[in-house]
Amino acid sequence: MITRLFSFKGGVKPESHKNESSGTPILTAPLPKRLVIPLRQSIRSTARCLVEPGQKVLKGEHIGEGEGGLGTSVHASTSGTVVEIASYPMAHASGLETLSVVIEPDGEDRWIDHTSLDLRTVSREEALAWLRGCGIVGMGGAGFPTHVKLGGGRGIDTLVINGAECEPWITCDDRLMRERAPDVLSGAMILRELIGAKRVLVGIEDNKPEAIAAMQTAASGLGDDVAVVPVPTLYPAGGEKQLIRVLTGVEIPQGKLGTDFGVQCFNVGTANAVHRAIRFGEPLVSRVVTLTGNVARPGNYEVLLGTQVSELLALAGPKADTDRYIMGGPMMGTELQSLSVPVTKGTNCIIAASPALFPPPPPELPCIRCGACARACPADLQPFELYWFSRAKNFGKAQEYHLFDCIECGCCAFVCPSRIPLVDYYRFAKGEIWARERERQASDQARERFEFRNYRQEREKEEKAAKLAAKAAETRAKLAESGEAPAPPAEAEDPKKALVAAALARAKQQQAAVMPKNTDGLSADVQAEIADIEARREKLNPQDADKAP
Amino acid sequence: MLTAILVMTGIAIVLGTALGYASIRFKVEGDPLVEKIDAILPQTQCGQCGYPGCKPYAQAISNGEADINQCPPGGEEGIRKLADLLGREVKPLSEEHGTEKPKSVARIDEQVCIGCTLCIQACPVDAIVGAAKQMHTVVAPLCTGCELCVAPCPVDCISMVPVAATVETWKWKYPVHELRSAA
Amino acid sequence: MINSPYIRKPASVQGVMLAVLTALIPAIIVYASQIAAVVLVNLAIATIAALAGEALVLKLRGRPLAPALSDLSAVVTAWLLALCFPPILPWWATVLGVLIAIIAVKHLYGGLGQNPFNPAMVAYCAMIVAFPALMSQWPAAGQLDFATQLGLVLGGARELDAITSATALDTIKTGLRTAGATVQSIMSQGGNFGLVSGRGWEWLAPAYALGGLYLLARGIITWHMPAAFLGTLAAISAAFWLTDPAHYASPLFHLASGGAMLGAFFIVTDPVSGATTPRGKLIFAACIALVAYIIRSFGAFPEGVAFAVLLLNICVPLIDMNTQPRVFGHRGDKAR
Repeated sequence: MITRLFSFKGGVKPESHKNESSGTPILTAPLPKRLVIPLRQSIRSTARCLVEPGQKVLKGEHIGEGEGGLGTSVHASTSGTVVEIASYPMAHASGLETLSVVIEPDGEDRWIDHTSLDLRTVSREEALAWLRGCGIVGMGGAGFPTHVKLGGGRGIDTLVINGAECEPWITCDDRLMRERAPDVLSGAMILRELIGAKRVLVGIEDNKPEAIAAMQTAASGLGDDVAVVPVPTLYPAGGEKQLIRVLTGVEIPQGKLGTDFGVQCFNVGTANAVHRAIRFGEPLVSRVVTLTGNVARPGNYEVLLGTQVSELLALAGPKADTDRYIMGGPMMGTELQSLSVPVTKGTNCIIAASPALFPPPPPELPCIRCGACARACPADLQPFELYWFSRAKNFGKAQEYHLFDCIECGCCAFVCPSRIPLVDYYRFAKGEIWARERERQASDQARERFEFRNYRQEREKEEKAAKLAAKAAETRAKLAESGEAPAPPAEAEDPKKALVAAALARAKQQQAAVMPKNTDGLSADVQAEIADIEARREKLNPQDADKAP
Repeated sequence: MLTAILVMTGIAIVLGTALGYASIRFKVEGDPLVEKIDAILPQTQCGQCGYPGCKPYAQAISNGEADINQCPPGGEEGIRKLADLLGREVKPLSEEHGTEKPKSVARIDEQVCIGCTLCIQACPVDAIVGAAKQMHTVVAPLCTGCELCVAPCPVDCISMVPVAATVETWKWKYPVHELRSAA
Repeated sequence: MINSPYIRKPASVQGVMLAVLTALIPAIIVYASQIAAVVLVNLAIATIAALAGEALVLKLRGRPLAPALSDLSAVVTAWLLALCFPPILPWWATVLGVLIAIIAVKHLYGGLGQNPFNPAMVAYCAMIVAFPALMSQWPAAGQLDFATQLGLVLGGARELDAITSATALDTIKTGLRTAGATVQSIMSQGGNFGLVSGRGWEWLAPAYALGGLYLLARGIITWHMPAAFLGTLAAISAAFWLTDPAHYASPLFHLASGGAMLGAFFIVTDPVSGATTPRGKLIFAACIALVAYIIRSFGAFPEGVAFAVLLLNICVPLIDMNTQPRVFGHRGDKAR
């Protein structure tokens, strides 16, 4: 199959630094002393905990049940005892904590019973549920649940398998493709079947000739519509939208899914995980992580999810002048605020940084509108305009200039001669816009509820008034029946007053029964005056009137 | 001379008719200014501005009875937006109406609550559930943090708890500049 | 905390400015050897004035001196001005021009990156309006010895008609006012004309172009502006020249005269005050060429690039706003 390659505008060519860690085979990391497995493994969803402290678990045992549309299952990475369920810091720029299950391994690493799934005997929905149960999420970093992505629809023309790995330093996908090419392609075939794609394109940057060769060998027996395509090395060719553009020419705008354009894209790590999940029934409990940078023994390790970075780093031996650690690549990764954070499904790389390898940026200078950022932007944005707007907190304008099309790849900040932390401004502006959106929704809700409450109070008042009026009318009717003079009609207009008057009349009646006779036989004028006084007295003390009957 | 007068009169009649027609044809329903002001206000319904809710305050601003700096929950940014909308000067928050505080929600200490329903009656957005002689509780996502329920509680069991950032609500900070030296 | 990206291209504002200065060197060599060696003195005076002016304002504004002085942007402005001014301009006029550029045009608007107008061009226009006589005294190439030039620059007595001449553009312009004169007759008379334009001066144009190509190769400027500027200038002058060659100079003359080449590669391409979108750059530069040609041919001044640049600087926000490029994945709809 001959594939015509397309290109995207912009992009940068940072030094690749792949050779440091790509030379050695993937080693299995030793069993850590303890595992901290966050229940939040997929984007925007925290799983519900299924275990209790003290409980024994086996490797692959279900410990967290996914909740909501974006939830996936979480599993124990090894056999052992649950010692704690508590909040631990997670690998996130905020450094916030999340509920995690702490497991003390028993050293046996004993698997729970698991069997393969025969795709021919199950429906598509069952297969997707199976993947959800195995906790499969995108392993390129974002952690989007694979079953949700697959659920997007059938009738997909092209399945893109992303082996570009465009970020410098990272080599985990490279090693995975070199060593487990048949597994990755087997996973790709399963994904293809699930979405009914006509062709499969595996995109690999051409700076990984060994991986390309291995994948091409493995793909040779799979037919003409499976192709391993070397793509030019240009960051961010591994961005999902960029790779789809390069391989198929399709441009997917922000807010749209590949499904709408007949293309879907999965990472090679995800394909491998899908292969393990379907062919062996193994849930996702480990992944390949690159340890590199300022370390003595850079390389790739098969790491159990939940292994804390501090334990992992000992394998690579960070050098003395290491001053911080970056999770992910140097273009889009985050600095770790704590070494106790665990490896999660999206952790592809940990880089030990030293001032020599990653020098702190020189002081920021004003923007000179040179346009270098616009030429580097793979989303064809005008980054400096977005910078001006974000800096001035003119968020409306920033959105008008398509702030949300920004993929935060960092190309603009990479080339900026004034060394402005451009991406920070976009992150800030996006966060503020989201916060404002949330606030707006909350205030709309509050306004609605407030207005409803006012309406309800008004209605209750009216209802009460109507009830009182009805009661007053009833009392009056009763009084009329017993031959007493009805209350003055003027007062009857106000139900409360009428009621008071009625109560008064009743009291008078009672009074008449027990009163000494010396109040008898008074003139009508005097009686009316007394009634008025009584009414005023009642008005001052309305509760009494209410209670009167 | 006569021609000039006739021409001017003619123009006046034509333009007057056009304007009159336009004012009927394009009549604006309601008072959009009040709506616009109300949209800026945070809808806390706390009454700190001295009006019984955000809408009445919006009405008062629109009528020129109230100033734009009487809304502590809206804070500086709210004032700036109002100033933008109304073409007025930005001014600091009026101190007599309160100070800007971090967003909080009310929390009822359920051990102490006696079920008097006073807070339920005070809540402007019906965010407290409960019944007489039954324990009450605040529906946190609906609470606007107006603090109106705090004072009526006879046993002081309601406290305002600042809302902690979660991964969903955490925001990146404004990047720091180092342009200006200590001059 | 520093956030990603953690790696950066070793690019700097200083590097950009240094490249611009480097690109000016061929033209400076041609200028000094073919026309007037005193330009080197002017460059030095302008540089010192610019740095001193910049330091003064930074001090007054309470800003750190080192980063702003070392970014070399003031030196670029100074050099461009020294190359635009007549080489025998007295030193104080050069200093005044540079200070106008640095203080009034750059720093009063907020410093580097904030000025809506091209500082060098505002200063040039201010000087030409304030000192029309001084600003129109140009020596013929190689006519004066260095001592005389230096004497004039340092404020020596100016017996001008003997030692100065008009520029090629000026000669054509004033010459054409005489009844019956044609471009050919004017050019054949004077000894001040070389092959296509002013003798000696015409060699500056290829030298500027050479520097411009260097900037293009380095990626400091994009092709849009020089191409649109020179293309439009050539096209419009060709149109007039073909209709009436007696009264309109050839496109080659226009390209090689005055500030055309300097403008195309160094002035129009100033990023701070220019348009930024690809289409915007084309429109911006083309309009400058159009206005410059109109001023040259029909206006009061012999050279119009400076005025044209300022006129179009005002239009930059409008141009940028309406020429936003298509964003990735957005079909047909513009960024606005």
